[in-house]
Amino acid sequence: MAWVRFRKKDMPGGLWTNCPSCGEMMFTKDLVAHFLVCPKCSFHMTATVDDWIKFVADPRSFEELYTDLKPVDRLDFKDKISYGEKLAKTAEKAKRLEAVTIGTARVGGRDVVLGIMDFKFLGGSMGVVVGEKVTIAVEMALERGVPLIMICASGGARMHEGALSLMQMAKTCAALARLDQAGGLYISVLTNPTTGGVTASFATMADVILAEPGALIGFAGPRVIQNTIKQDLPEGFQRAEFLLDRGQIDSIVTRDKLKDTLFRCMQYLRPVDPAELQPVAAADLEAASSISSNGQEGKGRKDKESAKKAKKGERAARKEAERGEKGRPDAGEQDESDSAGEKRDKSKKKEK
Amino acid sequence: MAARKPDPVQSALDFERSIVELEQKIGDLQELAEHTRMDLTDEVRPLRELRDKLLRQIYSSLTPWQKVRLARHPLRPITTDYVNLIFEDVIELHGDKAFADDKAILTAFARLGDERLMLVAHRKGKTTEERLAANWGCAHPEGYRKALLKMKLAEKFGLPIVTLINTPGAYPGIGAEERGQASAIARNILEMSKLRVPVISCVIGEGGSGGALGIGVCDHLMILEYAYYSVISPEGCAAILWKNSDRAEQAATALKITSRDLERLGLVDEVVPEPLGGAHGDHLKTAITVRDRILSRIKELRKLPLADLLSRRHERYRRIGNGEDLVQAVLEARARGGRAPEERVEAPAGSTQGAEGEGAEPRGEERPSGA
Repeated sequence: MAWVRFRKKDMPGGLWTNCPSCGEMMFTKDLVAHFLVCPKCSFHMTATVDDWIKFVADPRSFEELYTDLKPVDRLDFKDKISYGEKLAKTAEKAKRLEAVTIGTARVGGRDVVLGIMDFKFLGGSMGVVVGEKVTIAVEMALERGVPLIMICASGGARMHEGALSLMQMAKTCAALARLDQAGGLYISVLTNPTTGGVTASFATMADVILAEPGALIGFAGPRVIQNTIKQDLPEGFQRAEFLLDRGQIDSIVTRDKLKDTLFRCMQYLRPVDPAELQPVAAADLEAASSISSNGQEGKGRKDKESAKKAKKGERAARKEAERGEKGRPDAGEQDESDSAGEKRDKSKKKEK
Repeated sequence: MAARKPDPVQSALDFERSIVELEQKIGDLQELAEHTRMDLTDEVRPLRELRDKLLRQIYSSLTPWQKVRLARHPLRPITTDYVNLIFEDVIELHGDKAFADDKAILTAFARLGDERLMLVAHRKGKTTEERLAANWGCAHPEGYRKALLKMKLAEKFGLPIVTLINTPGAYPGIGAEERGQASAIARNILEMSKLRVPVISCVIGEGGSGGALGIGVCDHLMILEYAYYSVISPEGCAAILWKNSDRAEQAATALKITSRDLERLGLVDEVVPEPLGGAHGDHLKTAITVRDRILSRIKELRKLPLADLLSRRHERYRRIGNGEDLVQAVLEARARGGRAPEERVEAPAGSTQGAEGEGAEPRGEERPSGA
């Protein structure tokens, strides 16, 4: 298959659509039913946010959240037109305010938090609001104790917000560190293209990294690399297949199999008891970390925790046993967050 | 390391030329005075005054692009200089124990004043040979993995970590991509956010994008006055947005990458002033200022209980870049369970899906905002 770069006119629009890879002409309606994958050459075309919702979420299960968070031109940035103007135009076309859409959904009946990036929105670039929404998605997954699925597509950090964008890499990763510590599941799907600051932050920090066939995935863009090394790039460089071969991703999944694969992964990475993936409050996590590292710091907390544990003794013990089976090395921390789980809201109130 | 000293006149930037020429004149006069044992103080003094006046004039009105060029100045103190000037008892630790020893990042045990610490620093190299070996400060994935390995070591034994940032960016090459440049940087960012020891970073020259952030997640971020920190190099930005890398000067202004701009945006905690005429004019003075500032921050951070240190760092990055409006908007949205306000006039069309959604669990209460 000839590798083809993304072009605007490649997006399905009219009654008929030409495959941007092999030129095959298809009835657009059929194409959409076929997950926007060319039946002849299996080229994966760019899908819209709404397409992705249909591809991944159970029918009518997606509820979009935080729709009204709006990017601002903090730097007064202007190239040919001002960033503010650019944003307004883009938002009007995209009918959304930012390059990422987040919400809750069900996949095969399982509750998840779903995030979808939109490459058509300023190249899916990550500015402050994209970083914020991804972070909120991570936190929602943590609070609800449900898996997080991110459909990634991005040119990287958004230049128009300068170093503010850069720091979103740290913001999203710091949130993911907590989700990970709490034992939450995160699966990312890398679509064409996923590059720059998004690849170098939340996109590649998933428990399972899936990619679409032929997707361009990398840190630096191919042109930048070519300009730097002044050599031709190898065939298929930075494509999903190349990354798979170099051990950088877990699997390549065609779009028609994506939902199924996501579901099956979640089946494997699923606690024995549904109560297992307990939402963990941030404060409890900290307490956990302070205990295992530093006896004195955690002492006060520990007492509190053991009091809680006594209350929930039976249940905690059972869950602990289950954890033991899984053989997690950081049992200390788990144990801590464990007892915190269900009581979280109440104890929060008390603390207040 | 007897590096060949670059010629100050040759390496002078255009806007520095008049100053360098004056300095040469002063130097010549002083030499003459020594040789002839004549008292030329009266001749030298006005020249010095003129130089200082010029310096003040030029340095008080530097453009962002001029600052970028200062950050890249061939005579600017780099990691090697700081190691020679302020760090003692240095033991370099090589290699990522997996693939290679990336010379573009130095990792070493080092003592700063009375503090033993782990030093992690971009290395640009002084000589052509060193520069080649260090790829001009552009690290490969193994460099970031080496850094992480040593930071984990520091964490295990309670050593504070000091990182010196000075890179045009992570290396964009075939090998770097094959070995996972992006995920190496991402992993560092993620792991650094939870290191159980104080982490202090100082941008000493170029803070080039992800390559800088890959060793730059910290409790306290300092930046030298004429250093810069940016999401993309001005040249790169100009090439993409203006389709012309000659517009770098414009891009440098638009990107708000100077130390003072970053301070205003709340992205750096401390701007470290440089001597008049820039760090390259007085390496020792610059290095000592950096040392003293780092030391006092380490001492402050050491006083924090571990839980506070970690939650403080998390909060620092949780809020980073969020303007007041956004903080407010998130708070309000949270209170509505993330849903849009009732009157959906402004709600984007795509969200109609949500109206029908029954998937969301009822949410009695929201976590109090993390921000």
